[in-house]
Amino acid sequence: MTEIEFALNTFYLLISGALVMWMAAGFSMLEAGLVRSRNAAEIVTKNLGLYAIACVMYLVCGFFIMYPGEAATSSWIPGISLSYLFLGMDNQDMSYGSYSEASDFFFQVVFVATAMSIISGAVAERMKLIPFFAFAVILTGFIYPIQGYWKWGGGGLDALGYTDFAGSGVVHLCGAAAALAAVTILGPRKGKYGTDGSVHALPGSNIPIAALGALILWLGWFGFNGGSQLAVNTASDAIAVGQVFLNTNAAAAGGVIGALFTSKIVGGKADVTMAINGAIAGLVAITAAPDSPTAGLATLIGLIGGIIVYFSVIFLDSKFKIDDPVGAISAHGTVGIWGILATPLSGAGEFGTQALGALIIFSWAFITSFIVLKVLDSLVGIRATDEAQEVGLDKYEIGVEAYPDFK
Amino acid sequence: MKLITAIIKPFKLEEVREALTEVGVSGLTITDVKGYGRQKGHTELYRGSEYEVDLLPKTKLDIVVSDSQLESAIDAISTAANTNKIGDGKIFISTIDQLIRIRTGELDEDAI
Repeated sequence: MTEIEFALNTFYLLISGALVMWMAAGFSMLEAGLVRSRNAAEIVTKNLGLYAIACVMYLVCGFFIMYPGEAATSSWIPGISLSYLFLGMDNQDMSYGSYSEASDFFFQVVFVATAMSIISGAVAERMKLIPFFAFAVILTGFIYPIQGYWKWGGGGLDALGYTDFAGSGVVHLCGAAAALAAVTILGPRKGKYGTDGSVHALPGSNIPIAALGALILWLGWFGFNGGSQLAVNTASDAIAVGQVFLNTNAAAAGGVIGALFTSKIVGGKADVTMAINGAIAGLVAITAAPDSPTAGLATLIGLIGGIIVYFSVIFLDSKFKIDDPVGAISAHGTVGIWGILATPLSGAGEFGTQALGALIIFSWAFITSFIVLKVLDSLVGIRATDEAQEVGLDKYEIGVEAYPDFK
Repeated sequence: MKLITAIIKPFKLEEVREALTEVGVSGLTITDVKGYGRQKGHTELYRGSEYEVDLLPKTKLDIVVSDSQLESAIDAISTAANTNKIGDGKIFISTIDQLIRIRTGELDEDAI
């Protein structure tokens, strides 16, 4: 590899990472728009805080756990070290690989923040701030990096032949499984379900902001999937990156159409919040293999993701009484599984292995999160009191209201 | 002198105001209010579940007119605010005992 190729790859990774970092803005706006105004300042505080915690924890130990190299104990047990705290320019050179070590860290760290952002949406309006941050420490420092090692660090999932290009499973299903564990312990928001089993809608406070959030995520996803090619130094890499951009965009478009028209046909109205979930569903669905399908197949994979997310949101909400204010468990979990299982459609991976991979990731993230959150719950309680939920977490936890002049 | 209190649909305010200006009404006060009449609100659908909107947003107008202006002002409001659909609102008329313009101290009809 020439110096110019090394520089080009490093530059590409950094720009892609910056695009993925911007997804933190997307999640913040999406979630702020879909919660009630009394909790909007609190949800953006959670998003800012979790991003910062993810960055610190990944530096402390997360990145090393995920990519231990020779230090790995076995294909399922990674190693641990604080060595990345001491990464400086002096100990980096071209021997690291086809891009710089710091750019590799930067590109990977923004992914762990994405996984944690999925959880903040699902637990919105009722999880206490400090226990949420405590859980963020454990998820971003340990739970996410360990299963990340299994796939991208060259561990057990990778050895099985499980395929996951940019993380339908490693990022999205992992985040959604942890979110499901949290919601199971937390219970629904006060007032969401009546004692007679009736389901009450608690409409979001700012739909244009939520739509902006979805479009920011759409933009950030070009870094998420496009950057995951990890190279643009050859013509074949450049062609692959072009196809990934094309397919990522096509799948998101398919997702919007799938969810919007399903909503119009089945529900009677073209619910914009479903179109928002549809865009994300399309993106999540294509993330497991954005490089291998043709553009038409990518659109179809996204479209099916958009249809799945509509029914998943309604079934989880009204049948299973799982209260997910932003539809995160459906968009990232249910559709994440669809994305993982859909890779054989374009010849990537094998169905049984994909199903096994999804099962392993889901079980790991759900069980470990459930245990950690149960412990946190018994120590300090993770659910905001009924009174706090009625007053709003903005006043209760933050002391600053999102919209003080707007009554 | 009469006080006309009218509850109308908010999006009809501009038409009502123009109609009142045409018949010579020179001032009014409006308030954003919420309420319901016989229609008792309605239901909306959000992410597959229904929710009730039982207090609907309305606009309240307070207008003071001389007895001679009363009929034309009522006509102007009822025509301009009418959509022929449920929820168009109501008009209440009451008598004013005394009226004072603060700046000049003018009284009653002179102060309208």
